[in-house]
Amino acid sequence: MKKIEILSDINLNEVYAWLQHPEAGGIDLFIGCVRNHAHGKSVIKLEFEGYEPMALHQMDRLANKAIEQWPVKKLLMIHALGNKQIGDPVVVIGVACAHRDDAFKACKFLIDELKKSVPIWKKEYFTDHTVWVNAHP
Amino acid sequence: MEVLLFGISKEITGQKILDLSKDNQINTVLDLKKWILKKYPQMGNLNSFAIAVDQEYANDDLRLSDQQEIALIPPVSGG
Repeated sequence: MKKIEILSDINLNEVYAWLQHPEAGGIDLFIGCVRNHAHGKSVIKLEFEGYEPMALHQMDRLANKAIEQWPVKKLLMIHALGNKQIGDPVVVIGVACAHRDDAFKACKFLIDELKKSVPIWKKEYFTDHTVWVNAHP
Repeated sequence: MEVLLFGISKEITGQKILDLSKDNQINTVLDLKKWILKKYPQMGNLNSFAIAVDQEYANDDLRLSDQQEIALIPPVSGG
């Protein structure tokens, strides 16, 4: 079973509740959150923008690849969009498997691939300027 | 033909959607990339950009039509 969503806010209690499964001995949960610095400077907030239908479609493709490769009981990918403050969760990847090794591997695959191909963009707000992350060399 | 814009490409072009309906020289993804770079040279300063057609990353030789959903995808940075 999989759950793929783009939301304005992520509720981690709901995420954990959804991931529980009687046959799953290991739940791997990656939470990406807003860090207060980048390139040695203070970050005030982040803003996320997405091409939502394509992002959901690409996340679903990644989920299907993971399900083909590992014996997944439950798989969840949620990304938040909009303005995010320091510490806020912005992306959650959860994988429940019978054993931890598969859960770790599938979870790492999903977040690594999400960062490479899912059309979502992050803007860093510093005290005196803003930067679209990864845009320029 | 319309092209959806996101992130830094919205700022570079000052638009949310590129309207190319008057330009009939664009037949393929490569033609579109060349047109964008000519019209908006700042796009050439980006690490890269891709074109998505119907929500899939498109190869340069793919032919474009008005029925497709076309988007310009600057370097992604989710997560």
